[in-house]
Amino acid sequence: MTVSDLINKLDLKLVAGADGLDHAISGCYICDLLSLVMSNSSSGNVWVTVQTNINVVAVAALTDAACVVIAENSQLEPIAVSKADKEGIAVLSTHMTAYEIACKLKDVL
Amino acid sequence: MSDIVKTLHYDVDPKDFDSVGEASGKTKNVLRQLGFPPEVLRRVAIAMYEGEINMVIHANGGTADVEISPKQIKITLKDNGPGIPDIEKAMQKGYSTASEEARSLGFGAGMGLFNMDTYADELNITTKIGVGTTVEMIIRT
Ligand SMILES: Nc1ncnc2c1ncn2[C@@H]1O[C@H](COP(=O)(O)OP(=O)(O)O)[C@@H](O)[C@H]1O
Ligand SMILES: [Mg+2]
Repeated sequence: MTVSDLINKLDLKLVAGADGLDHAISGCYICDLLSLVMSNSSSGNVWVTVQTNINVVAVAALTDAACVVIAENSQLEPIAVSKADKEGIAVLSTHMTAYEIACKLKDVL
Repeated sequence: MSDIVKTLHYDVDPKDFDSVGEASGKTKNVLRQLGFPPEVLRRVAIAMYEGEINMVIHANGGTADVEISPKQIKITLKDNGPGIPDIEKAMQKGYSTASEEARSLGFGAGMGLFNMDTYADELNITTKIGVGTTVEMIIRT
């Protein structure tokens, strides 16, 4: 499954990083502490977080995340939007909580 | 070492939460272009990113130097910050003196030095109160 497929299946909104839409997805990791994300997420993961600052994009790039899903309608900061565009990291947003996203992911992954 | 294929140098901006990760990101891209395997890229990225963050949130920025050779990647992070009073305590999982601001951005889990120790093959910390800290890490390929 690609990031585009995920957007369609979960009705997510693309907020940045359209160049990353064809990334392949394998699994999911949910956490807001960057050190834990760095060491415990795997490449190709959908990373679900409520963090919205530019460091989210840096960590997603360093861990080769497939994409980032921002939960609970949090707004990605403008400077993070431009970095995600530059790095080609798709950032998606939704009103759902991390739990709700995880439940839906379980059915589609 | 005579078989160094490339050296990199970066200035890590003080108190600039917005650019932290740039040195690690660029280093990772260089290593990827040189053909190092994903596992090496991952270990370098984790160890260097944690060190880079520490220079920004605990010190006043600093410099990052990377020596790349076929057998190992050596990363030297040097700052002129406050130094670390008790390294053993600082190494403990969960110990952190990070500010509220840093925590609100997702830093300050107290996992940085622990991660660096886990993912680098060698970790050497030299620190002097009021003078600064130098962190040297070697990741063997
Ligand atoms: N470069 C540094 N200069 C001064 N203090 C540091 C430095 N790096 C780490 N420390 C100290 O060691 C503690 C633990 O660091 P770390 O494990 O990375 O956790 P965190 O960064 O989440 O606080 C920090 O909270 C800080 O007190
Ligand atoms: Mg740290």
